[in-house]
Amino acid sequence: MKKDTIAAIATAMSNSGIGIVRISGEESFQIIDKIYKNRSEKILSEENSHTIHYGYIYDGEELIDEVLVMLMRNPHSYTGEDTIEINCHGGVYVVKRILETVIKYGARPAEPGEFTKRAFLNGKMDLSQAEAVIDVIESKNEYALKSSISQLKGSMQKKISEVREQILYHTAFIETALDDPEHINIDGYGEELHEVVDKLLISLKKLIDSADNGRMIKEGIKTVIVGKPNAGKSSLLNLLVGEERAIVTDIEGTTRDILEENINLGGISLNIIDTAGIRDTKDVVEKIGVDKAIQSAKDADLVIYVADVSRDLDKNDFEIMKMIQDKQVLILLNKSDLESVIEKEDIKKYLDKPMIEISAKEENGMEELEETLKMMFFHGNIFFNDEVYITNIRQKTALIDAYESLKKVNESIENGMPEDFYSIDLIDAYESLGSITGETIGEDLVNEIFSKFCMGK
Amino acid sequence: MKYSANSVWENKDELDIAVIGAGHAGCEAALASARLGLKTIIFTVSVDSIALMPCNPNIGGSSKGHLVKEIDALGGEMGKVIDKTFIQSKMLNKSKGPAVHSLRAQADKMDYTRTMRSVLENQENLEIKQAEVTDILTEDIKDADGKVTGKRVIGIQTYSGCIYHCKAIILCTGTYLKARCIYGDVSQYTGPNGLQAANYLTDSLKSLGIQMYRFKTGTPARIDRNSIDFSKMEEQFGDERIVPFSFTTNADEIQKEQISCWLTYTNEKTHEIIRNNLDRSPLFSGMIEGTGPRYCPSIEDKVVKFADKDRHQVFIEPEGIHTNEMYVGGMSSSLPEDVQYAMYRSVPGLENVKIVRNAYAIEYDCIDARQLYATLEFKEIDGLYSGGQFNGSSGYEEAAAQGLVAGINAALKLLGREQITIDRSEGYIGVLIDDLVTKESHEPYRMMTSRAEYRLLLRQDNADQRLTKKGYEIGLISKERYEHLVEKEARIEEEIDRLLHTNVGTSKEVQTLLEENGSTLLTSGTTLAELIRRPELSYEILSPIDKQRPNDISPEVAEQVNINIKYDGYIKRQKKQVEQFKKLETKKIPESINYDEVKSLRIEAVQKLKELKPQSIGQASRISGVSPADISVLLVYLEQYRK
Repeated sequence: MKKDTIAAIATAMSNSGIGIVRISGEESFQIIDKIYKNRSEKILSEENSHTIHYGYIYDGEELIDEVLVMLMRNPHSYTGEDTIEINCHGGVYVVKRILETVIKYGARPAEPGEFTKRAFLNGKMDLSQAEAVIDVIESKNEYALKSSISQLKGSMQKKISEVREQILYHTAFIETALDDPEHINIDGYGEELHEVVDKLLISLKKLIDSADNGRMIKEGIKTVIVGKPNAGKSSLLNLLVGEERAIVTDIEGTTRDILEENINLGGISLNIIDTAGIRDTKDVVEKIGVDKAIQSAKDADLVIYVADVSRDLDKNDFEIMKMIQDKQVLILLNKSDLESVIEKEDIKKYLDKPMIEISAKEENGMEELEETLKMMFFHGNIFFNDEVYITNIRQKTALIDAYESLKKVNESIENGMPEDFYSIDLIDAYESLGSITGETIGEDLVNEIFSKFCMGK
Repeated sequence: MKYSANSVWENKDELDIAVIGAGHAGCEAALASARLGLKTIIFTVSVDSIALMPCNPNIGGSSKGHLVKEIDALGGEMGKVIDKTFIQSKMLNKSKGPAVHSLRAQADKMDYTRTMRSVLENQENLEIKQAEVTDILTEDIKDADGKVTGKRVIGIQTYSGCIYHCKAIILCTGTYLKARCIYGDVSQYTGPNGLQAANYLTDSLKSLGIQMYRFKTGTPARIDRNSIDFSKMEEQFGDERIVPFSFTTNADEIQKEQISCWLTYTNEKTHEIIRNNLDRSPLFSGMIEGTGPRYCPSIEDKVVKFADKDRHQVFIEPEGIHTNEMYVGGMSSSLPEDVQYAMYRSVPGLENVKIVRNAYAIEYDCIDARQLYATLEFKEIDGLYSGGQFNGSSGYEEAAAQGLVAGINAALKLLGREQITIDRSEGYIGVLIDDLVTKESHEPYRMMTSRAEYRLLLRQDNADQRLTKKGYEIGLISKERYEHLVEKEARIEEEIDRLLHTNVGTSKEVQTLLEENGSTLLTSGTTLAELIRRPELSYEILSPIDKQRPNDISPEVAEQVNINIKYDGYIKRQKKQVEQFKKLETKKIPESINYDEVKSLRIEAVQKLKELKPQSIGQASRISGVSPADISVLLVYLEQYRK
């Protein structure tokens, strides 16, 4: 752990009114000084403890948000360390940007339960709370582990592994040469390494960009509700969100644009997207909505297909079932309160996926829906897109750290530093990437040296 | 039977510490203990083999040179002896950063042995005894209620039956325990160089509950100088200016004419001979069961593993001035004798070579060093220490480093003083010992610079600044030497401070000097320190424009000033990492901890922690199978426990 000042979003990740980013550790004040500005050019590290300051958070020249900053000096804070809380406007984007800025200027994302752990270790909690602290650490870890492993399936892990392998190979080569200079000569190796690092930087840049565009697991699994018009998709969304978010009428084609909401169902965060009912339509506006719905369904991690059991399956249903054949799908047989004209078997013939009977109107079947979702998630049935994306901010930070380390390698090469300096930053990059895939360096380097290079004696 | 009942007798001499084995570990252990005032006896199967170098004829090399410097900084002997007995010296990696500069000297083996033996013979409080130790004698430790709580050592017994009483024992048996030398289908139960093996001690150790491993290593042939055609080889010279190992050696006094080494190569023919005879190698036939080191593979290993290489380097190195024997570096082997002749003779320059001693592999008993504390004392047996190859390491320098630490700690223990450990941020010795006592190893452990996380701080040039204070506090460094260091450090600091605050302008003299050295010209004023940071410049180069430079700056001080300014950014970064590291390192775990009681630790972690009994959270975090979450849980538990 190379940085010791930690930061995290202290409020729920939702579009609520206020968001709080908390920073704790020795460098809290140094960090806030770099990103906080107000009209009177106040320097917060010179201000008293337990004061609140109005101002702005900047990332360099870029204004992020108007904030209130609360200062607490050690030992008088929750963690017992210098702590700063930035109260900003709610909204996932703003809060996330502030956290990222804090991290960019020297903090690192907190480990699961780390604020609580520090509070305890600094004597801010009494002994009776120790077990609770351990529970927090344990449960949060379990969740984070589960999430990160399922998230890393597929090409993402592969790409990171490829970059790591290359870093390791070149580090091992340098180290072998340093260890056995009479057998292996690395004079002039910098030039070759520079080219390799250039390529690795491009790979990492792509991964970082995809992190920006991506969605993180804690923000939710991208879940798309599809179905033919008037199947009850919007009613379902309203039910899940717990408020009248979508306009519900009995007129087909009411929902024309896509509507996005973040909900928490049984501990799993879903990014739910309600879409226009899919049908062949001449209405230009509705057509755009339908196209968007189709696109969303294609990009989704999970598709909730709402079938209307009170009406016969029609060509729109068959079209939809065909389209989502290869996706992770949960079928909801809606309108179970009405007289049913189709049987489970009728759908199963075309689309063999988990099926639940519900009535969005009567609010029946929600418990079963929740249970089924949980099972799908924890059994790893809900996968994510094959396209590479990284969503977790910790992972993004690790990618950026790795990127910065590799940049330093190139700087060292350009500045004519000796070869042993390259491997310092190469190893840092290797470790940062390892933190994403959950691998430590251990004996990797030594093993690589012995397996790939022939030593003397 | 080792001895008959009537021959058992007790030697009544009052002794404090018995060192078993007089190799590089044993010598340092015995000297440290005797110098700290304890009555010490050192046992060896042959007095003629004290400080023997049974393999390569050199001391130092990459990262091993660091170890020698550290041994010297702590008050050990190895550096001083090699400074007196080297025949060629080279600073490796000189074109690389200061962290990987590594000194290596070719030794006159016989001279080295003789010189070290003489140091031992003339050391007050130290007695040398030729005898094979066969038993470690212990007694139970009982608490007030008479319950047995452990074991402590009380003496040793030799093959002849003689019992010696002592309060601490340091095992430095090297490769001698149940040693077996093998080449082809020839197998001899001897130690290196045909010396007598120690065949009984293993059983005594096992009966004390100590876990043993069997490791393997090997050595190439020694050949007759007169049978070599040097005209087909490249001559390898030593450095023009020789740098000493010991901080106490005056460099001017050791400049001398050096003896060359020679470089040649294997070829396709060599490899073919080897490939055609692989089935006759004892490794392939299964005759050798021990685990060999990957970093010094035999030539047959290299040919098999790196089949795409069409040649391998072979270094022909003199074994000393008063012998014609030469070491064939790069071609260790356990192939049969006839194959050895054929393969060596296929190498250019060795067509008519006469082999004086055949190459062989050697197998020996050693321990799983995870049974030791970082002080090198056995966790389960009070007063029993061990060092060197016996602990599963390899190399003279690794052995000496451990011997020194074991010797110091055994002595401190008997003196009732706090024992020392060197951590990973203080020295390669710390990295070496921590790795040995924490990580599982399946082969002899060799030091490598890549094993050190903080290697920019652990340079060979600053070993004195890192460890001499410790050596002084222990009592192995004289007051005079310590004061010299304090003075040196003050000079370094003053000089750095001066350079940070000395401005230079854009005068003609400055610009000319920059131009001459291919450096960008100044557009405005800067400091001397800033200029030193430029890769193409240095403290020395700037001398002409540094008008206020004191004229009594020694080369040692100048070197430190240059390095500290030049690599300041990197050094600061590593120092910060060290601070983090120290936080966990200083969190001690009480011996009485019951891991079963710690809720939420994973089962694997509980098992590993119980087995290894780490002394600090830092050490616990380096055990494979203990996760960061386990460490968090442990921290919380300890805090609870502490209150």
